[in-house]
Amino acid sequence: MILSKEKCRELIARRVAQEVNEGDVITLGIGLPTEVANYIPEDMMVMLQSENGMIGGGKRDLNATGNAKITNAGGLPVLTRQGAVFFDTAMSFTIIRGGHVDITVMGALQVDSHGNLANWMIPGSVIPGMGGAMDLTVGAKKVIIAMEHTTPKGEARIVKDCTLPLTARNEVDMIVTERCVIDVTPEGLVLKEIMPSFSLDEIINSTDAPLIIPDEIARKAL
Amino acid sequence: MIGGFLRCGSPVKIIDELVKNHIGNLTLIANDTSLPEYDRGLLIVNKLVKKAIVSHIGTNPESGRQLNAGELEVELVPMGTLVERIRAAGAGLGGILTPTGIGTIVENGKDVVEVDGHKYLLEKPLRADVAIIYATKADKFGNAFLDGTTRNFNTAMATAADIVILEPEEICDEPLNPAEITIPGIFVDYIAF
Repeated sequence: MILSKEKCRELIARRVAQEVNEGDVITLGIGLPTEVANYIPEDMMVMLQSENGMIGGGKRDLNATGNAKITNAGGLPVLTRQGAVFFDTAMSFTIIRGGHVDITVMGALQVDSHGNLANWMIPGSVIPGMGGAMDLTVGAKKVIIAMEHTTPKGEARIVKDCTLPLTARNEVDMIVTERCVIDVTPEGLVLKEIMPSFSLDEIINSTDAPLIIPDEIARKAL
Repeated sequence: MIGGFLRCGSPVKIIDELVKNHIGNLTLIANDTSLPEYDRGLLIVNKLVKKAIVSHIGTNPESGRQLNAGELEVELVPMGTLVERIRAAGAGLGGILTPTGIGTIVENGKDVVEVDGHKYLLEKPLRADVAIIYATKADKFGNAFLDGTTRNFNTAMATAADIVILEPEEICDEPLNPAEITIPGIFVDYIAF
């Protein structure tokens, strides 16, 4: 089954949004994770934390000028929601590292069977830097990886052991792709859900790590 | 060190003067190297920086190019660690212990300290000769108010340099309301506007 990139991203963001509970403090990474906010019910009280120094960032501020004083972590001008608060970077990372963030959603270059994450550099090629990703991965109560199941070339991103430099060790709790939902457990990667229109074989063949497949998932996939 | 998170809360006028006057060979401590056309990004594009101690260079392709060409030394520091190293310098602390970076290449060459069964990296204080920081408005005491998300690294940096230069957008004749001051003026040596 081949889905468009947009459809993949929507499926992933929609599924991640189901993990969010009323009252949660959540921090979304740049890119696909940001889109999760679009699928959180409007009437659900959720505090979106932004690493550059805000809780309660809202929609894009389309009237803002280039030197806007309220931006999101991607540097784009945004409006605030009711209950918003501004703070400096030290406070922002007190919230992040201090265990006050319930859920963080991030992308990945690789994630492995031990819950190790690599998402900040490719040696000799792209070295953007870790920004706040290392602190977020270590500090958030629940780390969800939201990403397309494979690279554009079709290479596995879910691997037995990461080969790229790590962002953090043993911190990932859940992986959501357009193909499936995986729980990271001390025993390894447990296949939790198969997304519509994908087969168990397609998932196994595009994953480079052993998957634990509970009986009820295997039965459903028949 | 220079305040700002991407374009937000950056002291743009002083940076423009640094560029005009070719003040180079700088070690830049900042959150990021911004975008090529703006603020700290201009220091990179004009090759005024020999070393950058930052958490992120991905928004400025020129930083990556200079890094790969061996023209720019880059020390990447996790954002939360970077701000706490600066805060430690300003607060008279000998460093901080953080779990961030344990088990990654950030750990290389650093002491690992175990406290109550948990492992932490010892990260040392980070101080500068000069801090250039942004303010939305300031009074004659140097007391400064920073609006919205412009606070970012500016507040910590104000405490951690030998010379602190404040660039407010507006100078107020009347003293600011003491309850609405983000940075106490005692940290500020010069106001430029």
